Amino acid sequence: MKKRLICISCPVGCELTVEVENGKVISVSGNRCPRGEAYAREEAVEPRRVLATSVKVLGGELPLVSVKTDRPIPKNLIPQIMELVKGLSVNAPVELGQVILENLLDTGAKLVATRAVPRLPQEPLNPGVRPAAGPP
Amino acid sequence: MRVRKIDVLVVGGGAAGIAAAAAAAREGADALLIERNDRLGGVLEQCIHPGFGLHRYREELTGPEFAHRLLGEFDSSGAEAVTGCTVLEVNPQGPSVVAASPKGLLKFRPKALIWATGARERPFGALRIPGARPAGIYTAGLAQRLVNIHGLLPGRKAIVLGSGDIGLIMARRLHLEGVEVVAVLELRPFPGGLMRNVVQCLEDFGIPLLLRHTVAEVHGKDRLQGVTVVEVDEEGRPLPGTERYVEVDTLVLSVGLIPENRLIEGFVPLDPLNRGPVVNARLQTEVPWLFAAGNNVAVFDLVDSVAALGARAGTFAARYARGELPEGRAVPLVRGENVLHLVPHRLVPGVPTPVYIRVPHPLPRARVSIGGVVTRNHVGVRPTEMIEVKLSGEALEELAGLPEVRVEVSPA
Repeated sequence: MKKRLICISCPVGCELTVEVENGKVISVSGNRCPRGEAYAREEAVEPRRVLATSVKVLGGELPLVSVKTDRPIPKNLIPQIMELVKGLSVNAPVELGQVILENLLDTGAKLVATRAVPRLPQEPLNPGVRPAAGPP
Repeated sequence: MRVRKIDVLVVGGGAAGIAAAAAAAREGADALLIERNDRLGGVLEQCIHPGFGLHRYREELTGPEFAHRLLGEFDSSGAEAVTGCTVLEVNPQGPSVVAASPKGLLKFRPKALIWATGARERPFGALRIPGARPAGIYTAGLAQRLVNIHGLLPGRKAIVLGSGDIGLIMARRLHLEGVEVVAVLELRPFPGGLMRNVVQCLEDFGIPLLLRHTVAEVHGKDRLQGVTVVEVDEEGRPLPGTERYVEVDTLVLSVGLIPENRLIEGFVPLDPLNRGPVVNARLQTEVPWLFAAGNNVAVFDLVDSVAALGARAGTFAARYARGELPEGRAVPLVRGENVLHLVPHRLVPGVPTPVYIRVPHPLPRARVSIGGVVTRNHVGVRPTEMIEVKLSGEALEELAGLPEVRVEVSPA
């Protein structure tokens, strides 16, 4: 069976033809580099993607930290992983590369921060200033 | 108003500006970068998806990671940055810039100025779509900022108009965050973004891409309630009888980027097709002290190209500031057939340069020719993917001997 794919390894977007028999890749053509062949071999059998999203940060300069999976994960797990990530939060400060979650759904992949989020500086309380009184 | 004298002033703290200031400092210049936002990095910090850096860093990075690497180069270069600083005025008579900052008005008198202001999104108002102006209509970049930086969802059920890369990426991002993305509409018969993004942003999640479709009308008074979707003919005109109402509370626009040159366009010649300044191989505009790099020169596909241009501009601006950039002969590059965007516009003898070419429409097979001296055959040339031809050595010297160099992409 021949499958036609568009390579997503880089912006060139080569049009690949993959020959698959009994769940095994026989040949790949149309690729202009070795990454294309590797992509086709995986995509034809078990598509994987790097998932990028964000996680809630508590006490940070920003309310979110961007994260990604440190390796491609099976595409069909993306909805479940998004569900998992939705419930997460992390305390500031967050470092670039910090592991937010290990072994996502037993894939071995880690969720890592792709930026740093410093802690929000705590305003020192000034006892001399009282908040203005609200309406009675 | 205090006047600060400096060798090289860079306006705009995105990828081009950061790379420019770092390169200028490494070239020995006293370099200062000013940025309107309170952080450097430009649009990179909100582009949390991977796909950046394959050329510059030989690995695939997310936007924030790319920015981090680039800022590492900036920090070690000795260049300085001022954030929260907006340029108000550029003096056409000579390099002098007035800017507003939290400390008041600042005046800079550099020896060379690098314009790296990037591009703005084409707004809804430019599309002349009938209907009221309800809430719920966002440019893709704004929606991206709300979702990825502020943690706010723009709506519950969305349609995306325009299949530029940001539109495709936002369709996926909104889908992942639980927004129902009804479709991506594209006026042209081909997608506006990279094929890899059509695959991994739309096909992966079953989001339909409707080519030759547009929004004919928006409905709703306070909040968007729906849009009228219509098919169009070859000329982009709506086909009567194909209208259908689609209930959505959110319209996301990815309908093009416009190079930002308002403060300099009064005195610098712009290329009407690029919509950015005419530049030579040193990224020098027709005003010798003014250099330009990044998406304000022309809209590029890749941040890698933008950073590379920035670095070149920084290096040459630093040499200009030292008085080591003699005005010499420059050979004009002129457009032949099938050339929409073209950078640069002049070759300088002895200055190797990439030539960036964007075609106006797809060609299944094409032959790219730079003055008949450098030719290259291409399979599948698309407007979404710029062609980059590097000129150096003997080929460059041969081209530099010509009165002008014709750049063309002919069907083969």
